[in-house]
Amino acid sequence: MSPVHYVALAVILFVIGGVGVLVRRNAIVIFMCIELMLNACNLAFVAFASLHGNLDGQVIAFFVMVVAAAEVVVGLAILMSIYRARRSASVDDANLLKY
Amino acid sequence: MSGVLAAGTNADVIARETLFWILAVISVTAALAMILVRRAVHCALMLAVVMLCLATMYAMQGAPFLAFVQIIVYTGAVLMLFLFVLMLIGISSADSIVETIKGQRTAAGLAAIGFFVILALGIGHAAIGPAARPTAANGPTNLTGLSTLIFTTYVFPFEVTGALLITAALGAMVLAYRERTTPRPTQRELAARRLSSGQLAPDPSPGVYALHDAADRPALLPDGSTSDLSVSPVLSQRAVTEGPGFVPPEETVEITAEGGGREIAPSGRADS
Repeated sequence: MSPVHYVALAVILFVIGGVGVLVRRNAIVIFMCIELMLNACNLAFVAFASLHGNLDGQVIAFFVMVVAAAEVVVGLAILMSIYRARRSASVDDANLLKY
Repeated sequence: MSGVLAAGTNADVIARETLFWILAVISVTAALAMILVRRAVHCALMLAVVMLCLATMYAMQGAPFLAFVQIIVYTGAVLMLFLFVLMLIGISSADSIVETIKGQRTAAGLAAIGFFVILALGIGHAAIGPAARPTAANGPTNLTGLSTLIFTTYVFPFEVTGALLITAALGAMVLAYRERTTPRPTQRELAARRLSSGQLAPDPSPGVYALHDAADRPALLPDGSTSDLSVSPVLSQRAVTEGPGFVPPEETVEITAEGGGREIAPSGRADS
């Protein structure tokens, strides 16, 4: 397969993840959509690594995975504390800073 | 259309191509389903499908290490963390479908189409050639090559990653820690509270003396009525039953048919 197919698939998955972030209201689902976008980026990185025949893209994808894991840990902890305070995981209910 | 790994025969290339299209269709369908289904647990499962498809694609592109990291770390750890938090937050995790900002969905769809067009144009103009000839780093020495790169060229980002992970762990501990605002009640206070509450015994357990011994069946009290206390309110919130006092019709019929024939012990201790 040519790498351009993989990059095209990565673009499609990234756009779908972006739509999910914009449309969904549940904070956990928004997080999952962000994970989908990060995965799409990883796919593009791996495709470009195979395009150039070296491993740098794979190393970057590895780092992206590590950062994503750290982000999920902190993000879900924030979500837990918001849920504890406001009894809701919806992003519409976390509006104390509005106005 | 040369394969990335040691692509020799024509059949190999065809198989690779077929696998790509199957995986692409599955992953795009699962991603679409992920943003369309309402329940967050289903979203997580769809995301797992996408991640497994991507892991297979990494393996196809000569990145076996990343494929396994994807399965173990992403699908295994991160997604399980998501499910764990869903279990904690749980019950009301079905998304609301009301649109709080008017026209937001349409705007989001238009923005997505515009963004997709921009990206597609950019990639279409980029003239991405065929994959490079497979080198030794794409083959069995993938792990060695990756570790050489990580511990030589990228050693500083790697150490920064370690600092990031420690910070994330500390942050999670700080955020998840809940300081006690009231003093812990002593055993004496707990006993006094229970005595003053008017109910000494624990709540009746579900399914007691009912026909079915299931957790969603309310207990039958000695007078034949059902007890709302016996069924967890979680079940009614999840719409497993039609409410805590729900008794299936056949059960009531059976009870009335038997009349007083059913031996109903006055308390649970009579059995033992």
